[in-house]
Formats: sequence, C-alpha cells, structure tokens
Amino acid sequence: MTSQSRLAWLMNDVAGKRLLAVILAVIIVLPMLNLLVPEDSFFHVSSYTIGLLGKYLCYALLALAVDLIWGYCGILSLGHGAFFALGGYAMGMYLMRQIGDRGVYGNPLLPDFMVFLNWPELPWYWYGFDNIYFAMLMVALAPALLAFVFGWLAFRSRVTGVYLSIITQAMTYALMLAFFRNDMGFGGNNGLTDFKDILGFSLQEDATKVALFVCSGVAVILGYLLCRYVVSSKLGRVLVSIRDAESRTRFIGYRVEHYKLFVFVLSAVLAGIAGALYVPQVGIINPGEFSPINSIEIIIWVAVGGRGFLYGAIIGAILVNYGKTFFTGAFPEIWLFMLGGLFVVSTLFLPQGVVGVVQQWKDKRAEQKALAKGNAGEAMS
Amino acid sequence: MKLMTKHIPQHILYVDGVTKSFDGFKALNDLSFVVKPGELRAIIGPNGAGKTTMMDVITGKLKPDVGDVFFRDTVDLTKHDEADIANMGIGRKFQKPTVIESLTVFENLELALTGNRGVFKALFHKLNAEQTARIDEVIELVGLAEKRSWLGGNLSHGQKQWLEIGMLLNQEPDLLLVDEPAAGMTDHETEMTAKLLKGIAGERSVVVVEHDMEFIKALQCPVTVLHEGHVLAEGTLEQVQTNEQVIEVYLGR
Repeated sequence: MTSQSRLAWLMNDVAGKRLLAVILAVIIVLPMLNLLVPEDSFFHVSSYTIGLLGKYLCYALLALAVDLIWGYCGILSLGHGAFFALGGYAMGMYLMRQIGDRGVYGNPLLPDFMVFLNWPELPWYWYGFDNIYFAMLMVALAPALLAFVFGWLAFRSRVTGVYLSIITQAMTYALMLAFFRNDMGFGGNNGLTDFKDILGFSLQEDATKVALFVCSGVAVILGYLLCRYVVSSKLGRVLVSIRDAESRTRFIGYRVEHYKLFVFVLSAVLAGIAGALYVPQVGIINPGEFSPINSIEIIIWVAVGGRGFLYGAIIGAILVNYGKTFFTGAFPEIWLFMLGGLFVVSTLFLPQGVVGVVQQWKDKRAEQKALAKGNAGEAMS
Repeated sequence: MKLMTKHIPQHILYVDGVTKSFDGFKALNDLSFVVKPGELRAIIGPNGAGKTTMMDVITGKLKPDVGDVFFRDTVDLTKHDEADIANMGIGRKFQKPTVIESLTVFENLELALTGNRGVFKALFHKLNAEQTARIDEVIELVGLAEKRSWLGGNLSHGQKQWLEIGMLLNQEPDLLLVDEPAAGMTDHETEMTAKLLKGIAGERSVVVVEHDMEFIKALQCPVTVLHEGHVLAEGTLEQVQTNEQVIEVYLGR
C-alpha cells in the first residue's frame, strides 16, 4: 500500500517470503539427497520421507484454500474435504485409465471394478479421462462447479455463520454416501487404487515420487502467491470487510454474494488441485476422503497455525500432520483425544494460532526496544 | 459533476402510505413524507416509533407491505436491493457505528469510494492520484488527518462515527440517512457533528434520526415527529415542541 512498487503486495510480506524460501530450499535439496546420495549415507533421505513430506505439502495447499475463505472472508466451511476429494477422484480416474490392460482382468478399456460388476461399457462420464489435459481441467472444474452451485444458492439466500457451516458439512456427508455406492461408477467403498503410472512414468520409481513431491512444493508456492495477491488487492479488503461487517459492506454498495462466490470457488479449485497432487502420492482415493471428520481436521490445522495468516495455514497443516504421523505411530490410541484437545487449547489460548503468538511476542519486543531507546534518548538530553 | 447531467428532481425521497407489519404489529402505519433536494431533515420519535424500520424500507433491507417509496421522483426503491440502492446514491449510517475494524481509516474510505463495485474490477484495482486526493480530502473534512493509518477498531466512539460519515461522503450519495450520529458523543463532538452535517446538506439531502434535542436544535432544520409508525407532526423545532399531541406522546413526559 505505502510502497510504490508494483510488487508491494509480496515485498511487504516478510514472514511469507521466508516460508516460501524454506519450501523452495526443501524441494531443491531433499530430492538431491534422495536421488544422488547413496542409501547407506547419513545424509540420504528415504523415499518414505519424500512421500510423507509430499503429502504434507498437499495438506498445506488445502489449508491455504480454507484460510482464504475462513480467515479472510469469515466463511467457515466444514466441507472443504469434498473439493479436495473431487480433485483427487478426477486425478484417480486418469490414473485408472492409465492402467490399461495391466489390470487383474486385463480389460483394455474398463477398470477392474467395472469388470467385476459386469459393466458392459465405460460410463459416459469416464470418457476423456485418459487424456491428462482433460483430467487436469476436470481437477479444477469439478470442484469449481460444485462450489459455484452450492455457493450461489447459499450466499444468495444469505445463509451465514453456523448454518452455512452445517450445510457444508451435510454436503460432504451426502457426497460420501453417494461415492460409497457401487452404481455411482467410482469404485464404491474401495475407491480407485492400484495405479501403475502417471504420464508414462511408473509411480513406484523414486524419481517419479520426487517429481510429484517437487510439483506439490511448487503448487504450494504458486498457491501462496495467488492467495497473497488476492488478499492484498482491493478485493481482499472487501473480503475482510464482509468478514467484519457484512451489512456495512452491502450498504456501501458491494454485492456481498458475488464476492463470497468468487473466493469460495477459487478456494475450491485450490483444494481440488491439492487433492489431485495427493492421490498419486498416496496411491488411493476412496469415499473416506469425503468424511466430515477430514474437513474438520483442516479447520484445526488452520486454527492451530493461525487463521487469517496465509503462512500460518501452511505452518499449521505441516505441524499438526507431523504430530499426527508421530503420535499415531507412538501412541495410536490417544491421537484423536490430542487432536480434540489441540482444537480446544488453540481456540481458548491461541485465538490467532502459533503464528499469532510469535507475532505478539515480536510486537512486544519491538515496543520494549522502542521504549528503551526513548528512555535512553531522554537520559542523554 | 455528476449532478450536471441529471435533472434536478422535485423530491429526492418520496414516501407515500407505507405500512410494514411484523406478526400483526404495525411498525410503520401509513407513513408518508417527502425530502427535497439539498434539504436537511431531522426525524424524531420515541423508541418503537418505527425510525429504524423506515430506514430499512428506504435502503432495501425490508420490503413494505403496501405503499410507495420513490427516489429522485422516478426510481421505485421497493424493487431494488441494498447494493443497488447504495450505488444509486443513498448512503446509510447505522445507529451503532460500523466501520471495518481491521482496516485502516484510509482503507475504510477507499472501500467506500464511489466507482465500479465488480469483483474482477476490485481484484485489479489501483488507486489513482485523483482518488487518493479525494480520500485525503474527506479524511481532512471529518477531522481524522492524524489517524490516517490507524486501524478502524482503534478509533474512539466519536471518531468511528465520523469515519462512517466520511465513508458515506465517499459514496457521493444524493441522500444520506444518518441514524443517531450524536449517540455517545461528548458535547464538543456533538457540536462538530452538527456542523459537519450542516455542511454536507445543500449539496446533498440529509435525513437525521436523533433522540438528542440539543443536537436537533444545533441542526436548525425542519423536524418530522414519528409516532407508532406514523407522522405525528412536522415543522420547525419550536412548532413541534408546542404541538399538544407531540407533548403528550413524547416531549411532555
């Protein structure tokens, strides 16, 4: 704002720049340590770690998407897992078509589950998914379309607050039930799995895993830059004003529902991309991804990291998921209690999350420094 | 500048026979009054007289059960929603001062600045020098020059009221609806506010809803008294204060 530079929106964001630099370093250095350093070396990074971090990066992008609407526009979506899962299914459909005749039943056209169900031919909505560009388009379009229709109805009817949260939760639950059904044509409760390769590269190869990991990192960086641009624009200030005083914004003359719809759809697309990057890395997508608990977990990541700080969402997603990996390994029975406890603690004691606490501490120190300087100045004169 | 191309209407606001009831209770009961271009008008009335409902009907938040509401003689306000009406040139200040707390004074005023309200326009919006100058002019006018980069939430109650009036001015409306601008203000602030509103009137029409008699006196303008959703009396403050009916329902007690 104050700076004249065209890139002021990025330049003034010190913490964000630092985080992006760290992610950039990680996606450059770790692949080298995985591919170039011999396995018995101390510096070798295992493919397991690469896969795990790749997953965290997808979650980070998802958290970013949720923070964009919740942190900046006050839309608490408890169903964002649905958009993530839709993007994941679109990618999964591409990966299924890539299997070709290498499936258990060796059918060149039909995925195994369709052969098993005695389906005579490929359903119409599976056409085109053998093409990666079409699949990529669907990764964005499917979540966008759902978000558009859902958002258009909800925001036009001025459904806000808790009511909106509840219907988003119902939306993802309904989708979960639908995807569980075999006759939907998405593999029922087994979902889509047994993927072989992506763009001709085997998913079992270390190099492919590394490439997907790097792609996820790049997606987080680009997603961050996009979100940062949006929230730094005048549109971002309109979003904040909708969050803080919706009717004021309306009486200034802004069509609140249009703004909400725009940011909701954008957020859904980001979530879909995150899902699409996630699926080839974990090797499966099933209706469990639609489960309401998943969507609530995303909210916890953002709350713990710091709602309303884009970099906080990324930090929160990585932090909580690292904790999840660690604790579900070490003490599997207490993880859910910890997750619940984390949410309670962060709402009660860290309303602005980890990032907010650091920020407060920094502000305080700067204040004390300024005060000390002032005192010293007085003593001198 | 904008006014040059428009013809000057006979009435800026024309409210005729408006009734609005909630569960059988008539918040507005056959309400009729007009506001002329450039006029400053005070509306008073006891609690529950229908002042806020009247504002809601004019600004499109509520639709009347029956009755006409016209803006600039020809625009039927009952057929438009809040955003439309705001963009046509009616600004509204709420009873409780409402500014965007996590944006600065400057950003609050930038948001209110008249112009295209489209989503994509906002995404690529850049302030030009003329607009910045306009915002600074308004900041000066409402006496917040030293608070330019303060967050809205850190302003005092009175300063928030002024910022909100400033936001209304930046919308460049033909009609300002101002709900209890002097509530919670010190005497000095009240005086400043009256001066501010008198300065605005003339170029624009201003309707002030107020309880504070001292403030109304300072405005020196025609007064409309509302009672049970109906106009009870109209005239100068002296005329109204000596009206028997008015004394009975409102002033006498």
